[in-house]
Amino acid sequence: MSEVQIFHDHEADLGHKVKWYAKRVTVYGILLLWAFICLFPIYWTITTSFKLAPDVMQGNMIPFVDYTPQWRGWRSLGMSPDTIGEYSTVRAEFVKRFLNSTIVALSASSLAVVLGSLAAYGLSRFEYRFGFMRNDDISFFFLSQLILPPVVLALPFLVLYREIDMLDSRIGLILLYTLTVLPIVIWIMRDQFSSIPIELEEAALVDGLSIWGAFLTIIVPIALPGMVAAFILSLVLTWNEYFFAALLTSTDATTLPVMVASQTGSQGINWWSMAALSTAAIFPLVVIGIVLERYIIKGMAAGAVK
Amino acid sequence: MSQDRLYVVTNDQITPGRVRAGKMMIWASFALLVLVAAWQIMGGYDLAADFSNWRPTLYAYMFFVTCFCMALVVRHGEQGKRRLFVVPATIFVLSMVFFPLVFGLSIAFSDWNLSSISGQQYNGFDNIRQMWQDDFYWNALTNMVWYTLAIIVEYAIAFGLALLLNSQIRARKFFRVAFLLPLMLSPVAVSWMVGKSMLEARFGPIARLARTLGIDNPSFFGDAETARAMIMIMDAWTFIPFMMIMLLAGLQSIPKDIQEAARVDGATPWQNFWEVTFPLMLPVSITAIMIRIIFKLKLADIIINVTSGGPGGATDSVTSFIFREYRDRSNVGYGTMLAMVYLVFIVIGFTLFMKLAARWMRPKY
Repeated sequence: MSEVQIFHDHEADLGHKVKWYAKRVTVYGILLLWAFICLFPIYWTITTSFKLAPDVMQGNMIPFVDYTPQWRGWRSLGMSPDTIGEYSTVRAEFVKRFLNSTIVALSASSLAVVLGSLAAYGLSRFEYRFGFMRNDDISFFFLSQLILPPVVLALPFLVLYREIDMLDSRIGLILLYTLTVLPIVIWIMRDQFSSIPIELEEAALVDGLSIWGAFLTIIVPIALPGMVAAFILSLVLTWNEYFFAALLTSTDATTLPVMVASQTGSQGINWWSMAALSTAAIFPLVVIGIVLERYIIKGMAAGAVK
Repeated sequence: MSQDRLYVVTNDQITPGRVRAGKMMIWASFALLVLVAAWQIMGGYDLAADFSNWRPTLYAYMFFVTCFCMALVVRHGEQGKRRLFVVPATIFVLSMVFFPLVFGLSIAFSDWNLSSISGQQYNGFDNIRQMWQDDFYWNALTNMVWYTLAIIVEYAIAFGLALLLNSQIRARKFFRVAFLLPLMLSPVAVSWMVGKSMLEARFGPIARLARTLGIDNPSFFGDAETARAMIMIMDAWTFIPFMMIMLLAGLQSIPKDIQEAARVDGATPWQNFWEVTFPLMLPVSITAIMIRIIFKLKLADIIINVTSGGPGGATDSVTSFIFREYRDRSNVGYGTMLAMVYLVFIVIGFTLFMKLAARWMRPKY
């Protein structure tokens, strides 16, 4: 007696399998397409910095296959292996701008995180009353700074800074950048602090710590991941800021985006040096994005979900 | 007075002397500030070459603020220490926003060319009259409406990507990092990478692609509509990750059992999305869109660097228009007036938007 299969897959279930595969293919197809859209400009910039004029004109894409990578672009920046030991004015300029950007972004983010965390902690723990302003009004006052477009402040600041001799100074930029990221920091930190149970500080206070002592020794360590997230997000925003830097700085305090922008117009088809400059300019943040991705996402998610 | 959430029992004994000392600190430092300011206004401004600027007044102001903060603790003891959490940030924002805004108003009603010697000259409502006839400004405002409307498309794409990232996929970490990277890049770098090289009409890879697809003379910044679309695409490219991550966080906070319950009740995936997921995502969506609008209203860097407003002002945003107004003519007065009017529009728009959002968010059932 031949074996009879007792249990059959139903026709509909067999079709299900095909449908499942089709769905997977579409999902991964879309994901890969978007990943390509996101990564291609970065790939393009990096590879172009190793190209020469003929490679650019022929539209060669893949290094070592289509064309031989050359150090031309990096040499013009003074950052190729053979010029890295020698003195180069362009590189000195680049390093100066790079340092300016780093100093301004780091100081502004730190200042914003300190001021913003203190304010957010106060608002999440105590009831204030400044004149007619209650807690909600104070929070709204801070957050409403977000909708103030930079262009409204730009020209008054230009004139004000000229009067107090702070044009083209890093301190001037730091103060302005702190102002622009402060609402975001307060938003993220308010969320962080309200998720920490108050019983922790009550216990600390009973044990004899002062309010500030409890804040510094108990709360800050717990809220540290949130603070790092706010810090990284501020860092990204301030590092990339162009508008204020272009208006308020001219020679000494110029930041990296201003330098990149000033080069874009003057270049013809010698894309290699521009590409090298762009690569060097985006490199730090691409690294930060890859390494600290967790914190950036945490920071942006904090405000979204209550 | 309503209760603090963190209630602290204090037995501060603040003597009248302490209160007096605190008040003294505030008034003395304030008097110093007034004196220095008066001295500078009266003519100390020109007296010494070292003080050819308002730095002394600035220092006096900073001293006053420090004294004010210290006096809080001296006068109010424990209560003052609590206020010390919020007061520094408040003073910082007030001095950085309030003074420039008031000062900006005074500039807005004047004709002030920074490079001319005549200095500030009040001209009443001339700036408003000039603005009324300035077609380029109204054009820039209309462009802003278009740019803002593009957020709807960005939102749809970001939502789709967030849904995909939230589904069962492999290599999620890779995709998340890859999708996040455009946000890390500075708009200035993007405007070279994409705007100036990839979209270059002769040798750019996208132009090449267009040519293989059969478009003979691809030009991306030639006519108004294409140029505007290109600006929108570049801006969307950098900021879609931002919305995507906020929406992803929202999706992850939705409990799985709600969707499972809907499936058990016989909802198709389509119904499951529109009737369950989407309504639950409304608050997050509105927050994300609102923040995106805020960032969109600042849009300038890419425009300044790629098209500088061209062709014929077709891609101008308000910010880039004012930027060039200052760069080309160093006319501070007129530029500030334009910015102030822009601010008024934004405030009106946002109030309406928040009212509408509050109405949408109200539960239907």
